[in-house]
Formats: sequence, C-alpha cells, structure tokens
Amino acid sequence: MEYSTDLLNALVLISNYVLIPAISYGSQLALGAVGVTLVFGILRFANFAHGEMMAFGCMATIFITWWFQSMGISSGVFPTALLALPFAILITALLAVAIDRSIFSFYRIHKSRPVTFVVASVGVMFMLNGLVRILIGTDEIIFRDGQKFLIKAGVFKKMTGLSEGLALKQTQVLTFVLAVIAVLALFWFLQRTRTGKAMRAFSDNEDLALLSGINPERVVLVTWIIAASLATLAGVLYGLDKSFKPMVYFHLLLPIFAAAIVGGIGQPLGAILGGYIVAFSEITATYAFKKFIKYLAPGDFVPDGLAQLLTTEYKFAVSFFILVLVLLVRPTGILRGRVL
Amino acid sequence: MSNNRRAVISFSIMALMIAIVGFGQSWNVALAIVNLCLISAVMSMGLNMQWGFAGLFNAGVMASTAIGGLTALLISYAPVSKAWSVGGTSLFAALISLLLTIVAGVLVWKKTAKGKKRSWRMTAVVLTGYLFMRFFYEQGTAAIEAVDPAKTGFLGGMGLPIILSWFAGGLAAAGLAWLIGRIALGLRSDYFAIATLGISEIMISILKNEDWLSRGVKNVTGLKRPVPYEVDLQQAEWFIKLVHWFYGTAEDGKSLSANVMHEAMQLSAGVFVKLCYSALFLAVVLIILGLATRALNSPWGRMMRAIRDNETAAAAMGKDVTSRHRQVFIIGSAVIGISGAMLTTLDGQFTPGSYIPLRFTFLIWVMVIIGGSGNNLGAIIGAFITWFVWIEAEPSALWLVSHINVFLDESNPLRQHLREVAPHMRMVLMGLILVLVLRFRPKGILPEEAPDRY
Repeated sequence: MEYSTDLLNALVLISNYVLIPAISYGSQLALGAVGVTLVFGILRFANFAHGEMMAFGCMATIFITWWFQSMGISSGVFPTALLALPFAILITALLAVAIDRSIFSFYRIHKSRPVTFVVASVGVMFMLNGLVRILIGTDEIIFRDGQKFLIKAGVFKKMTGLSEGLALKQTQVLTFVLAVIAVLALFWFLQRTRTGKAMRAFSDNEDLALLSGINPERVVLVTWIIAASLATLAGVLYGLDKSFKPMVYFHLLLPIFAAAIVGGIGQPLGAILGGYIVAFSEITATYAFKKFIKYLAPGDFVPDGLAQLLTTEYKFAVSFFILVLVLLVRPTGILRGRVL
Repeated sequence: MSNNRRAVISFSIMALMIAIVGFGQSWNVALAIVNLCLISAVMSMGLNMQWGFAGLFNAGVMASTAIGGLTALLISYAPVSKAWSVGGTSLFAALISLLLTIVAGVLVWKKTAKGKKRSWRMTAVVLTGYLFMRFFYEQGTAAIEAVDPAKTGFLGGMGLPIILSWFAGGLAAAGLAWLIGRIALGLRSDYFAIATLGISEIMISILKNEDWLSRGVKNVTGLKRPVPYEVDLQQAEWFIKLVHWFYGTAEDGKSLSANVMHEAMQLSAGVFVKLCYSALFLAVVLIILGLATRALNSPWGRMMRAIRDNETAAAAMGKDVTSRHRQVFIIGSAVIGISGAMLTTLDGQFTPGSYIPLRFTFLIWVMVIIGGSGNNLGAIIGAFITWFVWIEAEPSALWLVSHINVFLDESNPLRQHLREVAPHMRMVLMGLILVLVLRFRPKGILPEEAPDRY
C-alpha cells in the first residue's frame, strides 16, 4: 500500500516537473521549427532571423493586448493576448513579406548562393533585434491575464491526499491545444489545397515545379506568411508561458534549429517530432531526480547528490549534443529530410 | 579606382573621423576606439581567413575569443595555492578517469565487432567512467570553490606575464578549433554554421558556470597589465618631464598653474597608457597582416580560393578539401584567439557574462562583409568602420533623441522611453549597413584582388 502511494507520488512528481513542462516547451519549439523548416524547404536557407521574428510577433501581440486592455476588452478566463493574436499575426506576416520583397527577393532573382541568404538573414536579425528593443525596451514583461492555473498544486494535494502536488497552468494547456490546431491546419493546407500542393512540389523539385507552371513568387509569399504566423504563435505561447524578454528569443534559435535538423530539414512532421525530442531531452537531462529516486527506491535509500545529469545552465549543450549525434549518425534527420 | 587608391582613401577618412572624435570628444575616447578597432581588426582578419579565403561559415567566432580571454586569465593570474592543495588531487583524479574512459572506450570500439555486444560494452564503459569522473569532480570543485569565495574560489593561473597569453591564447583557440573541426567540418555550410554557433554557446555556458576554472559570473578583475599604470606614471620623473616638455613649459612648470598641470597630467597619463596598448596591438595587426597577405598570395592561398570557388573541381585535382578546411579553420581560430587574449588584456578583467554572440560573432561578420571578404586590408578597414559606428552610434542616437525630446512634454513617458532605447539604434544601423552592402556592394569596400601571377 505504502509503496503504491510512493509510486503515485513519483508519477505525479515526474509529470509536474518533466512531462508537462516538456510538452508545452516542445510544442513551442515545434512551432518555431516548422517555420524554419518550411523556409528551408522552399527558400533553401537557414533563417537566422527566425528567433527575432518570434520576438517581433510577441511584441506586436503585447502592444495590441495593452490596447485592448485599455479599452476594457478581455476574454474572460482566457488571456487577452489570444484576441490580439490574429492582428499580431497579420502585422508580422506583412513584415515578413516586406522583408522578403526588399531584401531576399533580390538574391532569389540573381540565384545567389544559399550562404548569401544566410548572411542577409543575419542582417535582418540585427535589424529586428534593434527594432524590438527600440519599440518595447529590454525589460521583462508579463502580459498573461485571465485564469492562471487549471489545477493548483495545493488543491491537487488535498484532493488526492498525495504528498506531491500537480500544477497545471492554463498556458500549458493552451500551448498544446493551439499547437495541435495550428499543425493540423498546416497539414490540411499542405496536403489538400492547391497552393499547399504547389509548395510541396516546389520544395521537392524546383525546376519541375516551375516547368509545370507553378508561380514561384506566390509559393514564396505563402511560405513567408505561414512562417511568420507560426513564429508569432510560438513566440506568444512562449511569452505567455514564461514571460517576454527580448533576449530570450535569440537563444531559442539553437534548440529550434536542432529540432528542425533532428527531424529532417524540410520535413514539417519531422520538425514537430524534433521539437518534442529536444524539449524532452533538455528537461530530462537537467532535472534533478533525487526525489524521484527516493520515492521509487526500496527502503529509505536517498541518493547522495541531486542525481542530476547536467546543471540547468547547460540546456544548450543538450540540444547541441542531440544535433551533433544526429548529424553524425543520420545526417538526413529522423524523417529523411534533405542533406544540406 | 584601383584597390590601392581606395585603401588609402578609406584609411584616410577613418583617420580623419578618429581625429574628429579626438578633438571633439576627447583623445582618451578616440584612443579607446582605436585600440578596440585594432583588436577587432585581428578578429576580422581571422574570420576573413576562414570565410574570405576558404568560404567557411563560422558562426562560432565567440568561442575562440572567449578561450583566448580565458587563457589570458590562466596565464597571468597568480596561482591560488590553497585551492590547488585542497582540490587539485581530486580534479587530477577526475581528469585521469576521463582519459581512462576514453582509452577504454576506444579499445572496446576497436576490439569488439559491431553489434549489440559492442553497444552494451560501450554503455557500461561510459557509465562507469562518468560516475567516477563525476565523483572526483564534485569533490574537487566543491573544495576549490569553498576557498575564500569572496576573493578567489578558483584555481587561479600561472602568474606569468600576460603578454605570453597572446601566444598561448592562439594555441588554445587552435586546439579548440581542432576539436570543433573534428565534429563539425565536413558538414555543408548551413549545418556548419549552426554547429559552430552551438559550440560557442556551450563554451560560454562552461565559462559562466565552472567557477573553479574561471570564477564564473563572479568575474576576475585586476589582471596585470603589460604597460605602466596611470598612477605610477604620474609619479615617474621622466613622465613628468615629458608632459612639461609637451605642454611647452619650463621644467619647474611655473608658467602653468598647478591645477591645469594636474589635469594635463591625468589626461596625458591616460593617453600614454592607451598609446602603449595601441603600439602593442598595431604590432600584432601588422605581423598578422604581413603573414596573411603572404599566405593569400602563395600557392596555398590559391589552393584555398580554388577550394572555396569549386570544391568538386579542387577535389578532382587531388586536393583534400576537408583537411584543408580544417587547416584554415584552425589557423583562423588561432588568430581570433589571439585577439581574445588581447581584449582581456586591455580590459584587465575576465567577464564571461559579457560574451554575447551578437557582439562577438555576428558583429565580426559585419566587419568582414563590409570590408571585403577575401581582402586582408578590407577586413581591417571593415573592423575600423564597424567598431567606430558601433561605438559612436550611441552618442549620436542620444543626441538625436535629445533633439526630438525638445518637442515633447516633460511628463511625456515617451521621453524617458526614447532615452532608454536610443542605444539599440546601433543594432538597426548595423543590420542596415550589412544588408545594404550585401545588396549594392557585395564585394565590400575593398574587393578581393585576383593575384597577378597564375
């Protein structure tokens, strides 16, 4: 009897600190990685400005949220940011298309090497980085409102009588639900609509697609709109879940790239898979399993240290380690994407 | 316009700009900019070898800079003997376990046939090794970090003159580059960029968190200088004489009031120290420029450009592309490592928190691209222009904001906001310059020259 309580405690502990955070973080990474992978599949370059695009989208959302709040508009238990999201997506998509028209399209016409695109995206990264900071400053902003918790740790403890609490934040559920909806919509679009099919054809074989009369500019336009929308969504969900700090988004670039490559670059499904793999590994590797082992181990055994593989500061190392492992063992990624 | 004339003109304009800062703001500011321009020039020459000569997209410039900086710390700081005595043995044991694990791992890998058996044995070896290593390591670091944590709490260095670290920093960066090259070279450009970016981030998190090695975010200050200190200078007789001579007064200084003289003394001491640094840095820049130019014009440089322009053709001619890439990656990183050590020397402190990729990787990229990739002088002028803009953008933006603020009400929150965010103008400016140069002058200010002889 006592052991089964311990087992339940261990399960709750692991869901609270590993499972739930990893699922929401993984969804955020997955949304970002799908954007990176789409841009890569169609435009054939790694977009270093993607992290800053997420920051820009989140910033736009915050401004609109503030405006709504000042007018007294809110969405009850849900964060007001959800109402602001469609408008922010529109703004970010317009920005992405404007950037493409003014900067990237030139190199496309001149058939420049992919590396030139990457360098140009570094320039875009600088500009967006500065722009976001000029508009909103560098401070940490919490723009979450509405109900914070779906399940509170204390209530859960009382309800179940377990000594471990389980907290479920609304943003965590929202993240997962919205990510699933976005991904389903994306796949429906890619598989069923004419434009989606054109995009896939373009990604598979550019020359053949052009030969069959697909308008490349249209494909590129739609790609940027989708990438910007997903970037905004990912940025806002990350900001809602934690908080908005402009500098964080640059650091998200590495796990996002890792997710895209691990899943197979150019493969949206792979990017989602990669996002969860990276998130789970990061959180598992940096979680201290001391208590978990204490519950599971027979008797009163308690491990000496924290039983933590890596300290939390080495999160980057985990995504990078996975990246290298995949590049060495299976360079095409799990779902056989393109080799760069 | 020939490249030579263009070089002369652009360097003259640069000198003029610095002179304007010297007369307008102060010579201390102007020389501080020059010193960092010279260090940046070394960085951009290093990156230029990798990108301009060989076409390697290295997004991990920061890793080389940081390890150069760490070397400066490890060479110059006095050893903390107590930390060594309490934690040295354990750390040594951890190192031995690491080496033994690697040896055992390699042996198992070679002796066992591929299959399940090998995977199991490898896992067992790695796990055992990890447990032993972790045990000794935690014991050692805990003991070291407990030694007078407010002042030291780390192993310290070797207590040698810091200038030695300029060589050692280059060597250390070369070693790291070899390691990175083993992992990442052979990947195509985008993967290589992402992999190097990742390694540089890991490098910085190691420096931030391994307190026993670098004191982490607690920083190490007060590194010994290779040049005199201002305070000593103001006491030194020859320097006092020099200042008096410079200001055109008699030796007793009667014609200048004591107050004026005191100020002049302080200013001159600051300027003199900075000039000493400038001389040292300039020497490094000139040596590396000489070597790099020779390398670029040699058969080796031709081979590198051939590999850059067409890898397949170069491979068909019997050139080993990957090992050439590794070679130039190591050399370039070594040069960047030297600059990292120089930077820490100039700062007199090692602050891991100050390493951010935007400043230490991508800004160097801007330098190389706008200067002219593949041209060494171009890398230098690019470094000068970029650093000058980077520094002077902030006062210019503040000046601009103060003029806009005239039209705003005192209580307008926008006023305060504008003042706070003005420094970020330089990010936008940098991006804009990079994009514009890439679009309208993709070869940079000083384009790459085709050598005369083929």
